[in-house]
Amino acid sequence: MIVASFANVLVWAIWVLAAFACLGSGIAVISFTNPFYASLSLIGNLASLAVMYLLLSAEFVAAAQVLVYAGAVMVMFLFVTAYLGNRADAPWAGAPSWQTLGAVAACSALFVEVIVVVGLKTSGRLSHQGKIDSSFGRPHEIGRLFLTDHLLAFEITSIVLLIAAVGGVILGSHSRDTPTKGVQQ
Amino acid sequence: MKGPDVVWYLCVAGFLFSTGALGVLIRRSPLIVLLSLEIMLNGANLALIAFSRHFAQGDGQIFALTVMAVAASEVVVGLGLIVAIARQKLDLDVDKLSTLRG
Repeated sequence: MIVASFANVLVWAIWVLAAFACLGSGIAVISFTNPFYASLSLIGNLASLAVMYLLLSAEFVAAAQVLVYAGAVMVMFLFVTAYLGNRADAPWAGAPSWQTLGAVAACSALFVEVIVVVGLKTSGRLSHQGKIDSSFGRPHEIGRLFLTDHLLAFEITSIVLLIAAVGGVILGSHSRDTPTKGVQQ
Repeated sequence: MKGPDVVWYLCVAGFLFSTGALGVLIRRSPLIVLLSLEIMLNGANLALIAFSRHFAQGDGQIFALTVMAVAASEVVVGLGLIVAIARQKLDLDVDKLSTLRG
């Protein structure tokens, strides 16, 4: 009993740490002036999300999150940031414009709406967690679902990735072939 | 080992989604707009995986992995566009890129 309650407290502590790291780095991404620091904060955000996925027994998704996002996608972001050089963009500089105030009000309203809906409409209905066995979230189970129940989604995803790769290559090579005025070759 | 309910995860997911939406609305650099989009997608992913655990069904994780693949494609195309815009010596400012005349 004592061991179980200690484990519960430990899970809560890890969750609170991950949640605050997640929220803090999320705010850091949108408030940093330097895009390099913003990209680095997004890596922290993705890592803390991976911790939360582990707490939700989604081991494979957590591993994919770290490999695909924090590994591949963020390296691409950092490369492009380095290519573009330091182009600062100060979000909170000067007096807040009506656009900024409106955006903050709209997003706060969205958040409050989510909290109110989650708090009021789901009371009691979301308290009983389903029982899972040890295979839940393992690569074996994910692969089985992908190749049986969700085969169409799997194939469409592969086509989407292929089209994106071709599109990236075309976008990258097109602007080199057609120089416009002002571009130094 | 019980840990927090799905409701707590939903609150974090909602906050992440609102943060990302705020970033999309207030930032002018297209690079940061893409980063904020990633935050929004991750908020949605967290909700999907929390519900997947709650209902003990793996389908939510499949959906989250698909969202991840779509996000990676979106980043490839978005970064390609940003590099193409930078090569044309245009301002990297989403307020000034209001026409598609190039």
